[in-house]
Amino acid sequence: MLVRARQVAQSVPDPELPMLTVADLGILRDVAVTGTRVVVSLTPTYSGCPAMAEIRAEVASRLGAAGFADVEVRTVLNPPWTSDFISPEGRRKLAETGIAPPRSRTKPTGGPVPLTLFARGPRVDCPVCGSADTVRTAAFSGTACKDLYRCRACAEPFEHVKEV
Amino acid sequence: MGFDTAYESISEESDSGHRWAFGTGFTDPLAGVDTSVPAGVDGADLAAYCLMLGDDALIMSHRLQQWLARAPELEEETALANIALDLLGQARLLLTRAGTADGSRQTEDDYAFGRAEREFRNVRLAEVADADFAGLVARLLVFSTWRLALLVRLQSSADPVLAAVAAQGVKEIAYHRDYAAQWVIRLGDGTDYSRQRMEAGLAAVAPLVAELFAPSATEERLAGVAVIPAQLRAEFDAVIAQVMAEARLDWPEVGWLDTTEGSGGSSPRAGAVGLFGRGGVHTEAMGYLLAEMQSVARAMPGATW
Repeated sequence: MLVRARQVAQSVPDPELPMLTVADLGILRDVAVTGTRVVVSLTPTYSGCPAMAEIRAEVASRLGAAGFADVEVRTVLNPPWTSDFISPEGRRKLAETGIAPPRSRTKPTGGPVPLTLFARGPRVDCPVCGSADTVRTAAFSGTACKDLYRCRACAEPFEHVKEV
Repeated sequence: MGFDTAYESISEESDSGHRWAFGTGFTDPLAGVDTSVPAGVDGADLAAYCLMLGDDALIMSHRLQQWLARAPELEEETALANIALDLLGQARLLLTRAGTADGSRQTEDDYAFGRAEREFRNVRLAEVADADFAGLVARLLVFSTWRLALLVRLQSSADPVLAAVAAQGVKEIAYHRDYAAQWVIRLGDGTDYSRQRMEAGLAAVAPLVAELFAPSATEERLAGVAVIPAQLRAEFDAVIAQVMAEARLDWPEVGWLDTTEGSGGSSPRAGAVGLFGRGGVHTEAMGYLLAEMQSVARAMPGATW
């Protein structure tokens, strides 16, 4: 029962990055079965992520359709999601779709957060041609988790999942 | 099911009861989170503190939303919308925490749409209108620098819910601060004209800064849970000085904040006899802001999609 419930929960796609499942994105924290109840724990990527309500509803609805009548979807806030939670499979799928996956994050020191005053953004390789000659064109993109780049080699504009 | 279009995703008539739309019918953002109040912490004080931080985010978010369709470039519009969304998310968590902390079970909507002006606890910096884009980035720089210093410390709060909300918020606000700082530098160290506009933006914001570090009895009583704002001043000053140096701007001189009755200080925004946003005393801008923000909820109380 647990294996089956986990399979169903893992397969739920992210509505804003539909090539990724919640497991790929690293927001599925836990699936547990107690008696007949399935408890799924999810972590939001950003505080204001508008997809969370949709994802929770979708998890409950798919488990319901798979025959699990008693489903609870819990929010887990701690530890907070970081882009490091995106699985290798998730990174591969992002790159395949033309979205540059996040690099490894610099671990916070715990003290004051240093300012970043140069607007270039981190060096990101073009997901289309692989060139490192890219430039950040905007700090934000269509969703909170991405910014915008352009490749100077193949001229392709592309999105990049931010390191947070 | 497919979500190729927004229309399809909200109009699809399947698995009834789980579909939702923006505006109302949001699910509880703290669903499944343990919201018990830690031993020794006064629930009413904790709720009051959550309203302070939640109102800062809510009102700042609303002001940012007013820039949509008015920003100078599409990229900046997207940026401001995303920043507003992050802050709205923080507000939802904090307002919901307030209603669980004092046992009143008031929801985020009750707090956002059901309170009168004097019941809002946001600092006045969050509510004032921006004269132009330079004014906005000046205000966003000050707000983000102050809030980031606050949230970094709040991560070790004795309230695990506040600590978790802060840990998530730190990453978001750090990004907002970088965005604002980069624009302040670009405009300040730009042309003579952009520099003048940037200087005017800083001059409009500077009188509202002292209030950010004013003590409140609620924070004093919540030792270990809340952050004492005066402790944020050194970090705030250091970050602002770094940005000013890079932008080749001078932080404007503001009249000393004198809170004794009758003195008035030399700043028109020093606060009426020491009363600030935290005490529910707001600027003229606040009433207009709330009239807009609450109009639908007041016209149709309890309406759902």
